[in-house]
Amino acid sequence: MEFIICILAGILFATGIYNILQKQMLRIIIGTGLISHGAHLFILTMGKLKQGKPPILTEGITDYTDPLPQALILTSIVISFGITSLILVLAYRTAQKNDTDNMEELRGTENE
Amino acid sequence: MIMAILLPLIAAFFVPLLAKLKNRIHTGIFVLLIPAVIFIYFAQNIGTKFRILDEHTNWIPSLGVNFDFHLDGLSLLFALLISGIGALVVLYSIFYLNRSERLGHFYVYLLLFMTAMLGVVLSDNVFVLYTFWELTSISSFLLIGYWHHREKSRYGALKSMLITVFGGLSMFGGLILMSVIAGTTSIQGMIAKADIILDSQYLPLILGFMLIGAFTKSAQFPFHIWLPDAMEAPTPVSSYLHSATMVKAGIYLVARFFPIFSQYEWFVIIVSLVGILTLCWGSYMAVRQTDLKAILAFSTISQLGMIMAMLGFGTKLAVFAAVFHILNHATFKGSLFMVAGAIDHETGTRDIRKLGGLMAFMPYTAALALFGTFSMAGIPLPFLNGFYSKELFFESTLKLNQSTSGFAGTLLDLMPYLAVAGSIFTFAYSMYLFFGVFFGKYKAAELPKKPHEAPIGMLLSPFVLVLGIILIGVFPNSAVQGLISHAATAISGTDILIDVHFWHGFTTPLIMSLIVVAVGSIIILSRPYWKGIYNVFPGKLSFNRVYDWIVKSVSAYSSKVTNVYMTGSIKNYMLLILGAMLIGTFGTLYATGGIHLSMKDMAPITVIELSIVIIMVIASLATTFANNNLAAILILGVVGFGTAMLFIIYRAPDLALTQLVIETITVALFLLTFYHLPKLRKRDDSSRVKLVNLIISIGFGALLSIIGIMSLNSVSFEKISGYFVKTAHSIGGGNNIVNVILVDMRGFDTLFEIAVLGIAALAIFGLIQFNKDKGAR
Repeated sequence: MEFIICILAGILFATGIYNILQKQMLRIIIGTGLISHGAHLFILTMGKLKQGKPPILTEGITDYTDPLPQALILTSIVISFGITSLILVLAYRTAQKNDTDNMEELRGTENE
Repeated sequence: MIMAILLPLIAAFFVPLLAKLKNRIHTGIFVLLIPAVIFIYFAQNIGTKFRILDEHTNWIPSLGVNFDFHLDGLSLLFALLISGIGALVVLYSIFYLNRSERLGHFYVYLLLFMTAMLGVVLSDNVFVLYTFWELTSISSFLLIGYWHHREKSRYGALKSMLITVFGGLSMFGGLILMSVIAGTTSIQGMIAKADIILDSQYLPLILGFMLIGAFTKSAQFPFHIWLPDAMEAPTPVSSYLHSATMVKAGIYLVARFFPIFSQYEWFVIIVSLVGILTLCWGSYMAVRQTDLKAILAFSTISQLGMIMAMLGFGTKLAVFAAVFHILNHATFKGSLFMVAGAIDHETGTRDIRKLGGLMAFMPYTAALALFGTFSMAGIPLPFLNGFYSKELFFESTLKLNQSTSGFAGTLLDLMPYLAVAGSIFTFAYSMYLFFGVFFGKYKAAELPKKPHEAPIGMLLSPFVLVLGIILIGVFPNSAVQGLISHAATAISGTDILIDVHFWHGFTTPLIMSLIVVAVGSIIILSRPYWKGIYNVFPGKLSFNRVYDWIVKSVSAYSSKVTNVYMTGSIKNYMLLILGAMLIGTFGTLYATGGIHLSMKDMAPITVIELSIVIIMVIASLATTFANNNLAAILILGVVGFGTAMLFIIYRAPDLALTQLVIETITVALFLLTFYHLPKLRKRDDSSRVKLVNLIISIGFGALLSIIGIMSLNSVSFEKISGYFVKTAHSIGGGNNIVNVILVDMRGFDTLFEIAVLGIAALAIFGLIQFNKDKGAR
């Protein structure tokens, strides 16, 4: 199963990057969302799947699934939420101010 | 000793504070104390009972980089020059620099240089030496560019830095090679293992690297071109850095490593040839100049060439004469620069064509210049130190190793003639300088100011140096015994004590001196008739043009290259970055044979999981096709909730809960803003662009999958999770291990995570507020 989840993470990355390489800002934001999902699944498989019980200490059980990736992912989920919301507002403001959400039109090369 | 080196640097921190008082007390008065104290500290070591001092302070012992200082005769001579001339220069600058100038900056740079230069001459550790060496280049850059509103100052500063730092880097290469071969970072340690370095196959490379460092710093042909442009610096700086101390760092370097290289034939050939060439070229070009400081700059180049040549000869006499000339040159050239500064200050010009007949207006200045120029010319008088070292130089050219045959032999046979030729022009420019300024016709109309005698303070420092010229001239042997012989001994490794006399009888060197005086007089008197030759040779040939061409083309080429990839399109940057990562990682994996996939010990596949995965795959692919805002957002939500489901199955209840909550909020947020965002359009990319995007994204996904699968079965060490499971209850006092990790074990991480969220919230708030303000206006 780890094998399949790894491939799933790869597909999420591939589609995420494909979205990021587009011109419209909404697509780029969707791309970052896909990439963060891919990264979370990727980290999760590093700790082996479905081995042992959920990491909540219970009498009589010694074999737990790896808690460390879960702690990392938990942090990451919250951070990626912060980032997504920030770039959403940023995109909305940028589009409103410049009347375009096309990245190619937003580039500033004239002051170089 | 380390305190003496760091004292100027520490003092530099207080200079900006003292500079605030500059309207009441000139900042230079405070600064003057520092070199004076250092001079007194080092002067205690002068004398016949000199002993070598070593001092060690650890810095980075694991890399062999330590503050190891070694005070031998050579270092002592340089340390005295740095602090002694430094004190005189600061004294002179008090009168030279007006209080309206940025005095704080000037003295900070000067003190920085003092520390750097003392560090160069006292360090025994090659890497510390290199650090200080580059610091001298930087402080020289800052001082040359001191009047940065002038275009020429900026040009000169940049030029000197590019050339000397290029040389410094080259020297660094040589130092690294030597420290690797000899297995030590100490210079004295390398000298002890000289035979290992001499036997090494890298010897030619080491010598080349080291000599480029020395030649660029000491303005040897063809790297001399930076020194005339460095004359844009304030005159005290020219007198200090660009004649007495910094430009001698290259000579110091050659002298310091002399015990290693002197056995090597090419060292003798290259150093003596470059030195003598620089001597001739510098003195020939000096006669052409019209700016007083330019004459002095070329004269410095030529004198440095002479010292370099003597080190190249490598005989006992030559080494002795070289060291003697380092001291003598510092005295007469330092005083001449100060005199030139005084003339500039009082008449408003340094152009020798406008000057003339100043004897009547500036008699004291003229008297000081007389000693300086005549000593520089090497006129045989018993109270001029320049004559002694010049005569020793002639004598050393005559007594070169006669057993050498072949190319080197021919070269050494030519040396006396070249030495005389160079010295004839040295005589010529010295006389040109003195008589051109102080005699001849007084041209009142061409001078910007009416000349008058310089203030006593400006004459004090050159007077002390002239006193040095006379004292060394009258009592040469006391200087020799107390200082020079120790330095010569330190260079050659054997005891050198040469008795210096004024009168030897009619020996060949004396006859050479007389030829120089006779022919030099003819040349300078007939200068107006033959100076047209400069238009033929060198004419328009100049290494300046090479330098300008290199700087211009490097700058043009690099901006051309930069413009190719700095397009301002973030998409292109992403493509470049991702492409480079892809090629780099795949390339490394392939080259090291790292790709191996195995599927042992995996969790079984169930239908539920598989169907969730398939839904997610379809959803993620669909995001790339969706052309409707609402649809795209909802599809992204499918992927998010799918992830939450997987978390449930993979026994991560906390993750599943968080993911569900966050995903809900995210979708809600998207839906809130999507109304304001422009509608998604159909993609209008060409198929070529699409293909590139596709390759990069699929490649990256594949890379990630491969790495993930590979790492499943590679266990390099035991997992650390066991620790958390064991101690969650005893240390954290909780049963939910993930929570304990987040709140107790990695509490700081969580704190910063909250900080990140807070910053994001503030930024969002700011962005929205910004909008409101705009509406109000």
